[in-house]
Amino acid sequence: MEVKRPLPQIPPPVWGDFKDLQEWEKYHQSRPLDDKTSNALASIADAIHHMPGGWIVTTSTDKIFNWARKSSIWPVTFGLACCAIEMMATFASRFDVERFGMVPWASPRHSDLMIVSGTVTIKMAPMLKRIYDQMPDPKWVVSMGSCANSGGPFRHGYHVVKGVDRVVPVDVYVPGCPPTPDSLMYGLLKLQAQVDEFQKTGKRTAASDPGGA
Amino acid sequence: MTSADARARIQERFGVDAVADGGLAVTLPRERWQEFARFAHAELGCRYFNWLSAVDWKDQGFEVLCRVENLDAPLVVTMRTRLGAGEMRCSSLTALYRGANWMERECYDMFGIVFDGHPDLRRILLSDDWEGYPLRKDYAVDTPHAPYR
Repeated sequence: MEVKRPLPQIPPPVWGDFKDLQEWEKYHQSRPLDDKTSNALASIADAIHHMPGGWIVTTSTDKIFNWARKSSIWPVTFGLACCAIEMMATFASRFDVERFGMVPWASPRHSDLMIVSGTVTIKMAPMLKRIYDQMPDPKWVVSMGSCANSGGPFRHGYHVVKGVDRVVPVDVYVPGCPPTPDSLMYGLLKLQAQVDEFQKTGKRTAASDPGGA
Repeated sequence: MTSADARARIQERFGVDAVADGGLAVTLPRERWQEFARFAHAELGCRYFNWLSAVDWKDQGFEVLCRVENLDAPLVVTMRTRLGAGEMRCSSLTALYRGANWMERECYDMFGIVFDGHPDLRRILLSDDWEGYPLRKDYAVDTPHAPYR
């Protein structure tokens, strides 16, 4: 007769045990609620909005602007690790993100989106920040893969930034190791939905619940 | 030069028994590190420097390992030496093997072992302002640190 050993009991995680979470709250870079472009537009939009009947103009222009923004998001080609291979597959003809108006562009100065595809090492982080700073102002960041989200399997290594949101504010996190092109495309569609809500009153809409959009 | 031949010559010259595990593994006192390398280079014909690394044995000090090969024979010699507890100095093999240069720099980078006679002992992989030596056992990996340096 076969004697089965008892299954090992894994203790349930206690909320207070998450030191990582407290650390996350400490270092997390949140999305700026306004920027230079939005402020300039906001003052113009405010002036028009307060004219009689002006609200018709402002609300419809917001819609048009957001439609234009979300239909031509140009991601800067910024491959860091193995996720970059999946990113390239997403850009290539089979998964074809060009139908969303996304053209991988080789210059940060013409780009709206940075897909952080892979492990960000401590040595790489200043360069990543520099590329982010070079992008013109309405800009978004997609963190792709476990490494960029949280450090992933290298989280307890000595050389890896524990999540790219410590360096730049992130809009969409795509999980996976690496995420399939389908997941990345889903993330990009989520980003488009977010961009659609971009400028309601001249300022960026604050981050609402993550399940929305 | 067969493996058994080399083993006999090492026994004769240095009085240590070379353990045969894949190649020949020789454990040396720290003072004879460079001498053995010169012997292996000139007399055993090990001209090819494969790698150099270290092991942190905590209280018992560091162990430096190095592998040189005679590609014609073929003969593989792994030489290892134990630095004493708290000891951080080892003699460099750069004068014999040019390939030892970067490997010793990497070993310095990761373990903080200082190689005497190395022409240019700087950090090679990590940035110059890095604090600590990450592959040591006492390096606190999970210390919360600033987002990036």
